Amino acid sequence: MQILILLLQIAMLLAIVLLHVAYLTYFERKIIGHMQVRMGPMRVGWHGLLQPIADGIKSFFKEDIIPQQADKPLFLAAPIICLVTMLAALAVLPFAEGWVLADINIGLLFIFAMSSLASYGIILAGWASNSKYTFLGGMRSMAQVISYEIPMGLSLVGVMMLSGSLNLSEIVAAQGTSIFSIYLFPQIIGFFVFFIAMLAETNRVPFDLPEAETELVSGYITEYSGMRYALFFMAEYIGMMVIASIGTICFLGGWNGPFAIPFFPPFWFILKVYGFLFVFIWIRATLPRYRYDQLMALGWKLLIPLALLNIFLTGLLKVLVR
Amino acid sequence: MEPIRIAAQLEEKFPDSILGIMEHRGQVTTSVARTPIVEIIQFLKTEHQMNHLNCLCGVDNLHRTAHVGERFEVIYQLYSIENRILLRLKAQVPEAEPAIDSICGLWTGANWLERETYDLFGIIFNNHPNLKRILTPDDWQGHPLRKDYALKGDQEWSGFEQLKEKAAQLKQFEF
Amino acid sequence: MTKTTILDVQVADGADDKYRLKMGPQHPATHGVLRVDLELDGETIDKCDPQVGYLHRGFEKLAEHRTYAQNIVLTDRLDYISAMANNVGYCVAVEKLLAIEVPPRAQFIRVMVCEMARISSHLLWLATHALDIGAMTVFLYCFREREVLLELFAELCGSRLTNTYTRLGGVRQDVTHSIMLKLQRFVDEFPGHIAEYETLIDTNRIWLKRTIGIGQISADKAVDLCLTGPSLRGSGVAYDIRQHIPYAAYNQMDFEVPVGETGDTYARYRCRMEEFRQSNTILRQCIERMPPGPILGKDAPDLIMPAKPGRKLEFDAVAGNALIKLIDNRDLYMAGDVYVATEVPKGELGFYFISDGMGRPYRMHIRSPSFLHIGALATIGQGVMIADLIAIIGTLDVVLGECDR
Repeated sequence: MQILILLLQIAMLLAIVLLHVAYLTYFERKIIGHMQVRMGPMRVGWHGLLQPIADGIKSFFKEDIIPQQADKPLFLAAPIICLVTMLAALAVLPFAEGWVLADINIGLLFIFAMSSLASYGIILAGWASNSKYTFLGGMRSMAQVISYEIPMGLSLVGVMMLSGSLNLSEIVAAQGTSIFSIYLFPQIIGFFVFFIAMLAETNRVPFDLPEAETELVSGYITEYSGMRYALFFMAEYIGMMVIASIGTICFLGGWNGPFAIPFFPPFWFILKVYGFLFVFIWIRATLPRYRYDQLMALGWKLLIPLALLNIFLTGLLKVLVR
Repeated sequence: MEPIRIAAQLEEKFPDSILGIMEHRGQVTTSVARTPIVEIIQFLKTEHQMNHLNCLCGVDNLHRTAHVGERFEVIYQLYSIENRILLRLKAQVPEAEPAIDSICGLWTGANWLERETYDLFGIIFNNHPNLKRILTPDDWQGHPLRKDYALKGDQEWSGFEQLKEKAAQLKQFEF
Repeated sequence: MTKTTILDVQVADGADDKYRLKMGPQHPATHGVLRVDLELDGETIDKCDPQVGYLHRGFEKLAEHRTYAQNIVLTDRLDYISAMANNVGYCVAVEKLLAIEVPPRAQFIRVMVCEMARISSHLLWLATHALDIGAMTVFLYCFREREVLLELFAELCGSRLTNTYTRLGGVRQDVTHSIMLKLQRFVDEFPGHIAEYETLIDTNRIWLKRTIGIGQISADKAVDLCLTGPSLRGSGVAYDIRQHIPYAAYNQMDFEVPVGETGDTYARYRCRMEEFRQSNTILRQCIERMPPGPILGKDAPDLIMPAKPGRKLEFDAVAGNALIKLIDNRDLYMAGDVYVATEVPKGELGFYFISDGMGRPYRMHIRSPSFLHIGALATIGQGVMIADLIAIIGTLDVVLGECDR
């Protein structure tokens, strides 16, 4: 019985998240469109509201082209690795008090592990396509993941130290005691590092080097088409939502808000995640792209030292306050 | 200094190589022999600051009336950015041996211009670092801008035949 | 290492560890059908070898078989982004060759359309250059303004892209009051738009990192590579044909030639941004001082149809034969050759003509800036990274239609 309920919950979460992903693409196109003095999708449905569904149907029925020289098993597995790991990361996210599928004690670590695994999908896609651009894209992705996983992990160490837990629900609960009941202010350096690292982690502008369309055509997804392409797309957007959720949980106080909303506890959580996603999209419309070596320099020379400094300061703070 | 006086000075300096000086619509052309072309241009570049190579191209005089000189000519259009003077050199290249010295040593940019002239006229540039066809495919027959080049050939370019073969091959996949 | 091939293209071989990438001709950032053969060491380019010719249409050969007036349409297809400037360049050259007078109003109109073409071409350059580096929004902002200019072109001559607006001895149609009003509005608004682009990218840290010091060309090197236009002026050489050898009514215009210092991608970018402003002032002067009068000179030749009185023709049954007889008459014009260059947005567009006295050019050579700019890529692109190469292709502002002719 319990398993059945759990399965039902999983199905519900999946349905909601995938619907969100579909409409996240719509919002991205719409918001960027308006920032760029154009309308965005307008044709399918009222103001293009059915566009994501049309896109979904289209990519579902498109021919699935596999290059002759590709490493077939890896080529087929790569998008699935990407998507599944990202979906698995959703399991530990607490959307509200008790609204969590798996309330495990190492939630934060689990999410890191999953988002690192997702990059395997990208690297394998780059390798298995056996094309020059995808290979370069995969290579860039590899370097980028290694360089940005570290500052991202380090930036959250401060949060772990303050809250004394890796359990995401407990991190949210622990923030009740800090200023405005969020960790943003005591962890401002950590947040800064986290914010930049999260853009890089999700391959978003200005760090979208693995798929830089003007340099590498489409990077690691150059050879993909149809539904497999869409899987990568979905993985990227779920990744964005997961990372935005971590930001919300670790720095913005999770589901806590100025006042409680009856009947729908995750209201503030969702609002904050939307805020993050809007910033993602806003940045995409504004900034140019970094060069590969500049990206590495930024990661290793600026973010990691800053994150280490943040850990030191947090430790100092903790000792002094005690 | 007037371009016509520069041309006169050239004639003094290279008496045997200057074949004639013409003026048309205010532009001065100096017809020169092909052998000391690098020295002549070097002289103009250093002594008269003719530092900008506007253009380098070939001419086929096969159908020209009242033309004296060789069949091919290579045109060097020089300009001095400091003194604002245009001067044109016309090097005579005989049909029997269509070759002239390269001026890639004077302008790196001349590299492609000479390749183009080679491609379209078949004039060979001695000491050129990379004298290959540039606008037409590597296995092209003939030199299209020559006046005796047939406007319509009797066979397709081999690359096009290959393309047609490939299209026929792919037809079985219902492309 | 075993040989792995993809569709006959060699990925890696045992001979060396070079990673060979043929970028193009169907690559989003090579501005058309440019192919660059790269030898890579990681992401650094060891050897860069541009390949052109995919768009070669044999204009020089074609021109030898068409009349002077017919060739105007060929020039549209050179640099198809600024067809107006090419039209003017061609007509200026033919008028010099055949000694045709152009009335002052036509001269002013030519300057006007040239500058409009310059702005529209630079807008497209900025749009694609910014997009290449990753700034997407600038792209659409630029197209918003370019649309206004293209609509004006359409109103002026019925065509947005391939204009064929100039005629030997003048222009095709007179500017109307409505066009002048719309242009005036554009000229008034445009400085604000330039400021808008600049706020987006001018002081953007990422933009600066991607452009400053990238693709640096010293002044001597730029002249050595035969660069022209803003690509040369970015290196600090003040060579602008509009001032050096003025054509049309440029000698009556009051404008400055912006010159950069450092010769890197950023300097060239700044140069072109300043040219926006200068072109805008030239446009304003054109509107203010547009003289009245005819738009086609009295001695403008009718090379298409024998309409001039006093010109004798042996009419055959077919009108076309009469035309050919007229054109192939060897004493029609004075024999001789000229080289006339004009400053198109990309650089120096030169036409070298040899006339044999006939109604067709004996030889027409087009000196196109893009051809030499791409030729220079082999030198500039050495030792940079792939992302920089994209930025350099963008900053040299090449159009393959003009390069391959």
